[in-house]
Amino acid sequence: MTNSISEIGDAACIFVIGSNATATHPIIGRQISRAIKRGAKLIAADPRRTEMRRMADIWMGHQPGTDVALLNAMARIIIEENLHDADFIEKRCEGFEAFQESIMGPPLSMAETITGIPLEKIASAARTFAESSTATILYAMGITQHSHGTNNVKAVANLALLTGNIGKPSTGVNPLRGQNNVQGACDMGALPNVFTGYQKVDDPKVLKKFEKAWGSKLSPTPGLTLTEVFEAVNSGKVNALYIIGENPVVTEADTGSVQESIAKLDLLIVQDIFLTETAKLADIVLPAASFAEKDGTFTNTERRVQRVRKAIEPVGDSRPDWMIIRDIAKQMGAEGFDFEGPEQIMEEIRELTPSYGGITYERIDQDGLQWPCPDLKHPGTPYFYAEKFTTPSGRGQFTPLEYAPPAEVTSREYPLVLTTRRSTFHYHGTLSRKVDGLNDLRGEEQIEINPVDAASLEVENGETVKVVSRRGAVVAKARISEVTPPGVVSMTFHYPETRTNILTHAALDPIAKIPELKVCAVKIEREIDFGTDYLAWGTGRNR
Amino acid sequence: MSDLSLTINGIEVAAREGMTILEAAQSSGIYVPTLCHCPGLTPEGACRICLVKIEKKKKLHPACRTPVEAGMVVITDDAEIEQVRRVTLELILSDHDFNCLLCRKSGTCRLQDLVNRIGFDEHRLDRLDRVAKDLPVDTSNPFFDFNPNKCVQCGICIRTCREIVGVDAIDMAYRGYEIKVSTFGDKPFKESVCVSCGECVERCPVAALIPKKIEYPTREVKTICAYCGVGCGLRLGVRGNTIIGARGDRDNPVNKGELCVRGRFGYKFIHSPDRLTSPIVRAYDPLERQAHGIDETGESSKPVTSPLVKQEGDFVEVTWEQAIKYVASSLDHFKGDQFAAMSSAKCTNEENYLFQKFVRTVMGTNNIDHCARL
Repeated sequence: MTNSISEIGDAACIFVIGSNATATHPIIGRQISRAIKRGAKLIAADPRRTEMRRMADIWMGHQPGTDVALLNAMARIIIEENLHDADFIEKRCEGFEAFQESIMGPPLSMAETITGIPLEKIASAARTFAESSTATILYAMGITQHSHGTNNVKAVANLALLTGNIGKPSTGVNPLRGQNNVQGACDMGALPNVFTGYQKVDDPKVLKKFEKAWGSKLSPTPGLTLTEVFEAVNSGKVNALYIIGENPVVTEADTGSVQESIAKLDLLIVQDIFLTETAKLADIVLPAASFAEKDGTFTNTERRVQRVRKAIEPVGDSRPDWMIIRDIAKQMGAEGFDFEGPEQIMEEIRELTPSYGGITYERIDQDGLQWPCPDLKHPGTPYFYAEKFTTPSGRGQFTPLEYAPPAEVTSREYPLVLTTRRSTFHYHGTLSRKVDGLNDLRGEEQIEINPVDAASLEVENGETVKVVSRRGAVVAKARISEVTPPGVVSMTFHYPETRTNILTHAALDPIAKIPELKVCAVKIEREIDFGTDYLAWGTGRNR
Repeated sequence: MSDLSLTINGIEVAAREGMTILEAAQSSGIYVPTLCHCPGLTPEGACRICLVKIEKKKKLHPACRTPVEAGMVVITDDAEIEQVRRVTLELILSDHDFNCLLCRKSGTCRLQDLVNRIGFDEHRLDRLDRVAKDLPVDTSNPFFDFNPNKCVQCGICIRTCREIVGVDAIDMAYRGYEIKVSTFGDKPFKESVCVSCGECVERCPVAALIPKKIEYPTREVKTICAYCGVGCGLRLGVRGNTIIGARGDRDNPVNKGELCVRGRFGYKFIHSPDRLTSPIVRAYDPLERQAHGIDETGESSKPVTSPLVKQEGDFVEVTWEQAIKYVASSLDHFKGDQFAAMSSAKCTNEENYLFQKFVRTVMGTNNIDHCARL
């Protein structure tokens, strides 16, 4: 997030796109609902009619994968009606002309056809957004998990730049990060192309700094992203995989082929707190301690680094992950791993990471600190770009964009669009599915089908249906509801027994390498033979 | 800071414009009994326990929703007020279940507290001649029960759901003596739109909304929730080596004490019987190991083409010493770009740092990523 969570409450206008915040980030969802009670306007756009629809002043239920068309249309209306912040664009941005040219191309009526939203509605959303004193944009995986996810994010950024809604409190481009420490894992350089604090591995200066600090020769070529690894396994380039706390057999797109890749590995080491579906395929499984059994820090979606504290001794013979990694490194004869505890590791992080330079356990003992926090006196940064942007020129960069359809579109054979979602009661599943009460509240997969589609398929509520995509099939209970519009069905991915991601499409965004989990074409079959084939479906083998 | 002053029980009290009498009294350390008042929620004035006298005004006024005025003279406690409070309390008690010993809320119950402070007249209560309600208890929710027989109709739960959570799952239903807190259509909680966040349970002054199991921790540990990226502050309740509860950390700037269903109740995975408790390897057999050229000391130079992988068979428990040696000797054969690693967005910063350092320095590759894209 460019801005802070607490600023959401003070925004005059909140634009939520591709995020079901009330279910996935409930505490942020509550901030939104309280902001509305205080008089803020809510614009919400999502293919699914989420809880946001009930709260929104302007609701736009666009077709899955048409975000760029929608956002560009909003931008165009803002420019045409002269509602853009010309002063801000002039002083702080660049590339506006090229951007303007790119969106002025297709006629506005095209946006209506593509997104399925009446033009007046897009226009009123654009006006509300541009005319508010402060407007903040919140988004999540509904924007990013597309084969053109990077473009979606840039379209969001364009809109913020166009209206000058960035670099001030209660504005900004705010992705709601998923996992508890996904922000921190990125900050710490658990990415193939950067070291800590987003210092690029192919920058010779940076490489030299880390080689000196770590006393080791380092590779200057960026590595493979998680989504590319399995392809590399198939082609024999990668033979060994070490996975910590992750379950790609359930969470990756097109898990059927992921499972096949894993079988080709020579060595698979999994370190986790549970014997996950992935761990079951491993050669070596190392038991890790949970968050309650170790010290450390998490960095949340608003970049706040907060202390995690050990409450109990590790369960059984499990050990904290840092201890396991340290011991393996030392066993392999590596130097620079003589850490006594997490605080010592943080000291090394501080030295090598400018944005974490002022973060010590002592300073974050109570409230945490929001990076960038370059030195011990720095109070942390609640919002970005107050004076300049982090581009080479220091100016906000407009990106010319054109709408492109999703990688997989519906056909006569696969007439429905499947989009994945999360339930209020579960997260990814490895943890929450181990809690009996949460299973009691939502214990099985439910595929949301619109009454219109249900009627034409003659599916009844609660009936078990078979969902088939070009990659595989799963069975799930039908839940007939108007939450999904006609032509769209929706499933969660919390349940290893119903592996939704067998269906999803692994088409990757060319830059971010994110799979298109939010759009794939499926069909629903009603006749079910509860014979032996039933068992095969769960494993992803199509009949 | 204070822009007006008033007199409460003969004491000069400083207050700000817009404060209620209750807030002014509490901020200067004067106790006023309350039942339906809950900080952070709109005052409702439903229970009439906090009634106070204001000079030159007729009737008694609820302290929780009467704004202060400059020069106001307030009396919070005299014989008349006490009499009124006592009758009010008796009316609340008249249909309440008196079996406190068997009540899970005993000891922390605000009604009990009021009875201790205000008291009641037994004879008068007998004359009210009403028996305790005997409505069915809603046990549908896996984390808490709703017992309408213990409810005092303070409405805190309803205001919490409306003002804090924004879900509006419950409201008052029926009329007169039949009035009760109910979900839409009086359905069980589990079937309603309730999101089971437990904020109302946290605030219920009596045992109407009550956790299924109440345990008191011996100490609390301040930490951060492990579910989503919001990063709410948690206080884990610990007893022995077991986590027995979680509550929101009011000092945390992110959630200020609030939690969702996952944060409040989802900690139970920590003590799941499915937890891995020992390192395990597939078909760990010394003979097999030698056949594949893996030596526990890691000195073998032969590459492992199929290290015990293709073995069908169960996992075998090994010691940490064995496991670490086994991992180290296996990884020795896969250095460079043929190795890839996936770190975890569930692990701490320190662990992610250490792991990428390990992959980059020891394994000599940049093939490290995590689930940011999923």
